[in-house]
Amino acid sequence: MRSQNEFSYGGDATVKRPELDKEISDQDWDNFVYNRKSLRGKHWELWQHLSGCRQWIKVERDTATHEIFNTLKANEEIS
Amino acid sequence: MSQSFRLENIGLINRDKKLSFKFNGVTYYGYEGDTLASALIANGVHLVGRSFKYHRPRGFFGAGVDEPYAIVQLYRNGETEPNIKATEQELFEGLEATSVNCWPSVNFDIGAINNFIKIFLPAGFYYKTFMWPKSFWYKVYEPFIRKAAGLGIASTKHDKERYEHKYEYCDLLIAGSGPSGLASAYAAAKNGARVILAEDKPRHGGTLLTSEVNIGNQSGKEWADGIISELKEMPNVIVKNRSQVFGYYDHNMLVMSERISDHLPKTKKFHPKQRLWYIRAKEVLISSGSIERPIVFGNNDTPGVMLSSAAKEYLKVYGVLVGKSPLIFTNNDSGYETAIEFKKNGVDPIILDTRKEPQSEIVDEAKNLGINIKFSHVVVAAQGYKKVKSADIAKISDDKEQLGKVENIKCDCICVSGFWTPTIHLASQSGNKTKFNEDIDAFVPGISKQNETTLGAANGSYVLNETLKSSFEAGQELSKKITNNDNKISFPNVVEKKSTTHDKFWCVPLPEGKNYKRFLDFQNDVSVSDVEIALKEGYRSIEHVKRYTTLGMATDQGKTSNLNGLQLVSNIENKVVPNVGHTTFRPPYTPVSIGAIVGREVGKHSKPTRKSPMHSWHEKNNAVFVDAGVWLRPRYYKQGNENLFEGSKREAKNVRTNVGVCDVTTLGKIDIKGPDAAQLLNRVYTNAWLKLPVGKARYGVMLREDGIVMDDGTTTRISENHYHMTTTTAQAANVLSHLEYYLQLVWPELNVNVVSTTEQWAGAAIAGPKSRDLLQKLFPNSDVSNEGLPFMGFIEGDLFGVKARIFRISFSGELAYEVNVESDNGNFMWEKIMEVGYEFDIQPYGTEALSTLRIEMGHVAGSELDGRTIPYDNSLEGLLSKKKDFIGKRSLSREAFTAEDRQKVVGVVPLDKKTSIPEGSHLVKDSNAQLPNPKLGYISASCWSVEHDNPFSLAILKDGKNMIGKKLFVMAPLKNKVIPVEIVSSHYVDPKGERVRS
Repeated sequence: MRSQNEFSYGGDATVKRPELDKEISDQDWDNFVYNRKSLRGKHWELWQHLSGCRQWIKVERDTATHEIFNTLKANEEIS
Repeated sequence: MSQSFRLENIGLINRDKKLSFKFNGVTYYGYEGDTLASALIANGVHLVGRSFKYHRPRGFFGAGVDEPYAIVQLYRNGETEPNIKATEQELFEGLEATSVNCWPSVNFDIGAINNFIKIFLPAGFYYKTFMWPKSFWYKVYEPFIRKAAGLGIASTKHDKERYEHKYEYCDLLIAGSGPSGLASAYAAAKNGARVILAEDKPRHGGTLLTSEVNIGNQSGKEWADGIISELKEMPNVIVKNRSQVFGYYDHNMLVMSERISDHLPKTKKFHPKQRLWYIRAKEVLISSGSIERPIVFGNNDTPGVMLSSAAKEYLKVYGVLVGKSPLIFTNNDSGYETAIEFKKNGVDPIILDTRKEPQSEIVDEAKNLGINIKFSHVVVAAQGYKKVKSADIAKISDDKEQLGKVENIKCDCICVSGFWTPTIHLASQSGNKTKFNEDIDAFVPGISKQNETTLGAANGSYVLNETLKSSFEAGQELSKKITNNDNKISFPNVVEKKSTTHDKFWCVPLPEGKNYKRFLDFQNDVSVSDVEIALKEGYRSIEHVKRYTTLGMATDQGKTSNLNGLQLVSNIENKVVPNVGHTTFRPPYTPVSIGAIVGREVGKHSKPTRKSPMHSWHEKNNAVFVDAGVWLRPRYYKQGNENLFEGSKREAKNVRTNVGVCDVTTLGKIDIKGPDAAQLLNRVYTNAWLKLPVGKARYGVMLREDGIVMDDGTTTRISENHYHMTTTTAQAANVLSHLEYYLQLVWPELNVNVVSTTEQWAGAAIAGPKSRDLLQKLFPNSDVSNEGLPFMGFIEGDLFGVKARIFRISFSGELAYEVNVESDNGNFMWEKIMEVGYEFDIQPYGTEALSTLRIEMGHVAGSELDGRTIPYDNSLEGLLSKKKDFIGKRSLSREAFTAEDRQKVVGVVPLDKKTSIPEGSHLVKDSNAQLPNPKLGYISASCWSVEHDNPFSLAILKDGKNMIGKKLFVMAPLKNKVIPVEIVSSHYVDPKGERVRS
């Protein structure tokens, strides 16, 4: 177990960056850049082990209770 | 003054050690083991403060953490501390304390006038009254309120005390060392569990110190002492007194503050004043006990009205009488215990019991002792201003609605018992869903969310035998789960007096024609009528009622007031208490000093200090340092009596005329390697990177996905698959994370490795017309001519045997180079540059001159790239590739970003060419326009242009591209300045950029 202080929050892990050089509508781009659901409950998030191995990881966390259910490596897909 | 209220033969104080102390300037005496409160009461002092709103006289209400009144300003060892509870502060020789909340003095308080114009301060008073006229707030209302209110004065001195943090792990953390805490700790410890037993007070034992019980043929106190001394001997147990577990956080982490030195006149050498414990416990046992509830009646805040349990504690622990003709007002048997103690110590109490015919062993004992008991009687109102002198009492009907004839009886204190409220704060903080227990009219812990168990009185159990039994069992069971040991402990025989049920009565009705103030919250002066008004005005949620009336919001957080407040709301609303619910319990349970929270992380220890390898050279050469993030950088090198302005001007000028050298080690450096490195750069920077040749540097700008500029810097291609990126000092860490984000999550197919090399390289920027001559002498074997090392070129060189990287880049607008060597050689490089540069009149320059040089040549930096500007705003739109995609490109087509009158960086010169322009000032068209004057832009950076010898600033200005040549005004209201200015190009020096290429 590592201290939370070593990690830094990186936003919603379910957001996919649109591919480069691809035409994209204003609405879709807005959704990618700005629009997020502020969920209460289970939420897949990105965290970086900033003061450690510097890996970005995906963490399933309850935003209300801080309970952590699942973690994935950066290259693993959320099922 | 003598201790005329002190008894001879009772109490746990040390009579061999007499202590002198001062309260409001008067010297008194007490004993070791006293609290400030018990010592004052022993001396007959009951007036200790004034209330928050009405400035009514305040005495003592409790004997511990629940105290709402007796808050004092403490003076100890040359320091002062506000918000100290006299009931918690232990007496030491030379202690000094003063009342708070009273002005000019506790005996004559001007604010008490509020008391007589009652209508002036109803619920929501502050919200309603001070709203208009708006201008009155700062000038009239606020200063008055500030002076009249407040709970003491924070010291403005640096706190010399030491505070420490400690991290601890245990199997069981037990909060509270009353009967249940002792029993569970003992059972768990015997099973080999690692136990921490924490007690807030100096003495362990809780109610066992004051109750008449017998455990295993010992008094309660003897039994407690025995358990404690046995626990202290055990290696698996930590026993702590003066330690308050005040917060329960996620994953069973609890925080406790230990007051190590607060009870001593002076902190011992090498000792901290307080220690904050972060404890991870596998299981938590909450044995925090109960706090007695008051009964609400008229003038129930008069000094001398106090909790009956507190009166008993003063008597049994401190040998102090709170009064010599006490009136006990109770709705349950607890009041009788206090009365019996008075009687046994030669004082005749009168009991008023709201119950009609209670039958129990305790009631019988009181009767047998000949105590005067009046059943079905209530106190209608206390009489007396600075101290209770008498009480108006009356018979009350069985339905508790009608009062009989009111009569007045003499008394000097009123001890109130309205039954008990379990201390469920920790359980609630842990996420426990509390439930209402009808039997005790209070909330108790319900279903646990974390590994916590609440025991004894905190769980609503008031029978000692049951408490001990369940606590032994809990300690045993929970420790067994952890240690797999199963030591059976023989359960001691308990003798206690049986009590009967309490009366669900909590508020005395007002007699006809009387309008006494009946207080719910004693610290914040919230009365019954205040809550009634709030409900009348439409506040329904208990959370809103709390905030509107300030019920339960004071430093005592409603420990004595919350439940009566809930009762009142439920009565008026015709609801039951559980449907009203209670307000949220939040940490800390009791006030925690800021020092303890901060710990050792003060001053130099609050953040790391990073120094460049040349730091000691800078020190030796009179550098004046400035914090740049976590780095210390020379701001200027002081010569003689020069100030910052003079020094930096001299340094900047020398760069423009001769040559200067600046320590640029702090710049962020990232080493980028891999076959796809160019591809990565091409995606993160806005300009093209695929065709950068080896040995060349390029300036690049990177954006966030929302189109805002994130950072800028130069990146150099060292070899085929190897790049050296520089970032600004401030953004170094963010840029590395940014690159890692895209490499790991977005484009994992790119084969690139990035690593920070900021600390691996020492850097020196050599700038000025003579820089090439200097460089040639530093690197005689390298061709540093304009052809051999052109602008934005890169070579490796040999600096007197040390390998160096030489970049021809410029931040100053002059012909300039940056030399990097491995950090260990940094000082060597610096000294060589200074030595060889002597003949070229070299001078080191600091960050102030660095800024001057970059501002006057219009090079944007952190103050323009402030997280609010896009490339266009910084005149960097030329760097936006049209041919390729990059991070943030799509956002740049947003409407606001393409607006015709979009803001842009410009230069600003005062018309008088003299007045310096404060950074952060606003630009307006008309300095006399009506407020709010429309703002056209803001000054981002200012300097004294050494090239033109007049002030020059950069500004981000609306429609900047069409504003060149216009006259505007700079408004700096904080400095009381209005400066007429002319807008010019941001490139104030060498606009064509010829010097850097020369």
